[in-house]
Amino acid sequence: MLRLILRRLIVSIFILLAALFIVYNLVAISKDPLQDLIESTAPNKQQLIDARVALLDLDVPPPARFFMWLGGILGFFVPRFDDPNGLFGFLGNHFDMGVNVLGQDVGPIMSTAVQQTLQLVLGATLLAVVIGVAVGVSTALRQYSGYDYTVTFLAFLTYSLPVFFLAVLLKQYLAISFNDFLNKPDIPIPMLLLSSVIVGFITMSIIGGAIRTRLLVFGGMTVATAVVLFLLQALDWFRHPGLGTAMIIVLGLIAAAIVAGLTVGIRHRKNLIITGAIAVVGGALWYPMQYAMTNQIGPWFVWVLVLGFIALGWGAGRIFGGIEKRQIAINGGIVAGVSAALLVIDRVMQVFPEYSKQTNGRPIATVGAQSPQLGSDPSIWLQMLDGFTHLLLPTIAIMVISVASYSRYTRASLLEVMNQDYIRTARAKGLPERTVVMRHALRNSLIPITTIVAADVGAVISGAIITEQIFAWKAMGSIFTESLNHVDLNPLMGYMLITASLTVIFNLIADLLYSALDPRIRRA
Amino acid sequence: MSNLNETNAPVAHTAELNAELSIEQREVVGLSQGQIVRRRFFRHKGAMVSLAVLALIILLVFSSVGIVIPWPEWGADGFSFAQIHLPGWWMWNWTEPTPIVDGGNPTIKGLFDWGVHPFGQDEVGRDIFAAVMRGTQQSLTVMFIYGILAAFFGVLVGGLAGYFRGWVDNALMRLTDLFLVIPTLVFAAVLGQLAGNNPFMKSFGAVSLAILLGLVGWMSMARLVRGEFLSLREREFVDAARVAGASDMRIIFRHILPNALGVVIVATTLLMSAAIILEAALSFIGFGIQKPDVSLGQIVNEYQGAFATRPWLFWFPGIFIIAIALCINFIGDGLRDAFDPRQKRMPNDRGLWSILKRAVTGRGPKHEVLTPTESIHVLGDPGLDESAGDAGEKKR
Repeated sequence: MLRLILRRLIVSIFILLAALFIVYNLVAISKDPLQDLIESTAPNKQQLIDARVALLDLDVPPPARFFMWLGGILGFFVPRFDDPNGLFGFLGNHFDMGVNVLGQDVGPIMSTAVQQTLQLVLGATLLAVVIGVAVGVSTALRQYSGYDYTVTFLAFLTYSLPVFFLAVLLKQYLAISFNDFLNKPDIPIPMLLLSSVIVGFITMSIIGGAIRTRLLVFGGMTVATAVVLFLLQALDWFRHPGLGTAMIIVLGLIAAAIVAGLTVGIRHRKNLIITGAIAVVGGALWYPMQYAMTNQIGPWFVWVLVLGFIALGWGAGRIFGGIEKRQIAINGGIVAGVSAALLVIDRVMQVFPEYSKQTNGRPIATVGAQSPQLGSDPSIWLQMLDGFTHLLLPTIAIMVISVASYSRYTRASLLEVMNQDYIRTARAKGLPERTVVMRHALRNSLIPITTIVAADVGAVISGAIITEQIFAWKAMGSIFTESLNHVDLNPLMGYMLITASLTVIFNLIADLLYSALDPRIRRA
Repeated sequence: MSNLNETNAPVAHTAELNAELSIEQREVVGLSQGQIVRRRFFRHKGAMVSLAVLALIILLVFSSVGIVIPWPEWGADGFSFAQIHLPGWWMWNWTEPTPIVDGGNPTIKGLFDWGVHPFGQDEVGRDIFAAVMRGTQQSLTVMFIYGILAAFFGVLVGGLAGYFRGWVDNALMRLTDLFLVIPTLVFAAVLGQLAGNNPFMKSFGAVSLAILLGLVGWMSMARLVRGEFLSLREREFVDAARVAGASDMRIIFRHILPNALGVVIVATTLLMSAAIILEAALSFIGFGIQKPDVSLGQIVNEYQGAFATRPWLFWFPGIFIIAIALCINFIGDGLRDAFDPRQKRMPNDRGLWSILKRAVTGRGPKHEVLTPTESIHVLGDPGLDESAGDAGEKKR
């Protein structure tokens, strides 16, 4: 195994270097880097040209200049022990990504851009995987139903939809009309009834079953949605959102029920009691938490809260879980994590009226990665809300297309697995359908999905170029387009280095994961 | 062997034979592989409708505003290419401003009542119909050239790697990996800038862009074809050909390639629909078709700021992109169904309208009687279709 990894790694490094070399030279010959100066009418034109040639070593032919750039990058691995600032105290002190056309150091520019883009891309990818797998599983289990056909058709449509078209639509319709809605939040009665019926219909199609169950589910969900929407509106919740103890407990119990239904079954008493207790305790902690979650607290608190809750929930399941403590510990951790997330969401919601006022009543942002005018010392909650409103639209735009492909792959893969002999064996020995699907089928069907997701990383990062341009983010995408436009090779190569390295690393991870998950590959 | 005798059996045995064959086998008795595929494809309503729509779009687009061809010219500064515009039947072109009618609103009222500017005008009065037609031309040109080139290189690389294996395979697959490391959009943007700044390439417009993009779009096809060749070369008929003394070239072209053709054709349609989106995205970020020429992505980008006041500047180009991509995807779906060897049944109740109808009525045709356990089938191709699901059902 180690030899395999090592061999793959060495080959990957050479492939990466060759790819960088090709891109460097192609970009260098694609356009004259001095074009804007040659066309300019500045009196000191020749001087400017000479300055740029000297700054970027343009008198060196591109293939040779590539190795000069590479030298700066490889400086990362040259150890220097007298300077303690670098990685592990001795690495990274000679790291040099060069300067851009304006003479600014590329390294610091890249690091903020990378953070923003990764935030966007990772969030969208994670959501896309979760939603895509859920949709894929549900369509596979309800094959040939109206729900399945509808999702198939929608997947076709999203496949044919350019991301920029979708993004402009989101910006124009979702952002603007949602902001209008938040200014004057009343849902007209026909709209309310229509959305309730739609929610009821979707739930009914997913749950399926005999005609009686279907009608019951449909009626129940429709009425429930209508009541919830009506209450939210009556309480002016959209302008003053919040959860409170009661809502956190109810949502936590729903999460506990869903987790139970997917793992050990809703009738498993011990699991239900433990996870239910965790949900109730989580909700009850809302009151003391209001004093803990102050405006001055740092971002570490959120991490401590969420991770601490998960650890406590896991521990409770481990201690009281009895014979099935492994599964119950996991369920406890999940429910505790949901509770903690709800506590944080509640706290963030509390700053919403203030945020809404600061943004002049247009909270959903269409431009940039953060608001410029967030006050002198914004609290962590305000910053989180600000980040969320800015991430919302680009994340949806990136997500939708990935969801379409992941759901199709999951559906296909699960259907293939469900037809295997061992699934029949599992059913024949009397396992409940839940165990057959969740444990025997789903786990195996997710093996190919890991490869697809990992191989997609490069495409998703580069796809963010378009999304970033539409939503005016100054992140990696804009670095790429601007530096390509000006043949500004150092920032462009910084972009390439990061994107290509991530692609290589994720492909490597996919290969290793595949052989770890699928023993048949390892032996071959 | 008994099967062979039965198919050649005299008429007297037909009844007995039919009893043994399933309904779907009976439908294909005596037909060649090509005939079966063709028949299945022609019965796929979604694909047929899409084919018709695509043909109409092509006809409309290339006849309405005419075509632009590069023409060699010997001027004062030597040999160069100029562009000649052969006009079509539409009265405006995509560059010249025209008097503004009705504030630039679209004048189209119905299918045959087009008015002067059916898709409206922009703020300086350019006709958007002409611009959209020209842009769609570019998209279609890129799509076909890219699809064909990428398929050709993919089959070449994948075929050589899969057939010869060993060091050839190793070298070619590392080359594929190398190209895959550079994200497609990044590679395409660099090549787009190259094509847009070179006067020679620029005079060929979309064609040169398509050729450059085709040179970097073959990797997925190469991997697919390699896999197909690897499995086909182990089959008995290839051994038989080799024993009979066939050369490598003959085995590749006469025995393996025809059997891999289905996969290649279906994958080509996927490449083509990806090419439409890629070209539009590239022009959108400014590295595709360069001004003064127009393309759909460029129109959307140029006018996205004017969305609130002139939404038609945005809707019409977008609809044409989606229409072409959707048509190609449906044709690909039809081809996949037609070529799928696991599928014994002729497809007749699937396709766009049946899907829509079933989505609306909420019931599948005849699978309703099956319990959830029974209605779970095999599915090999993780694609957009549900064809192989049927195959699994038939197998049972």
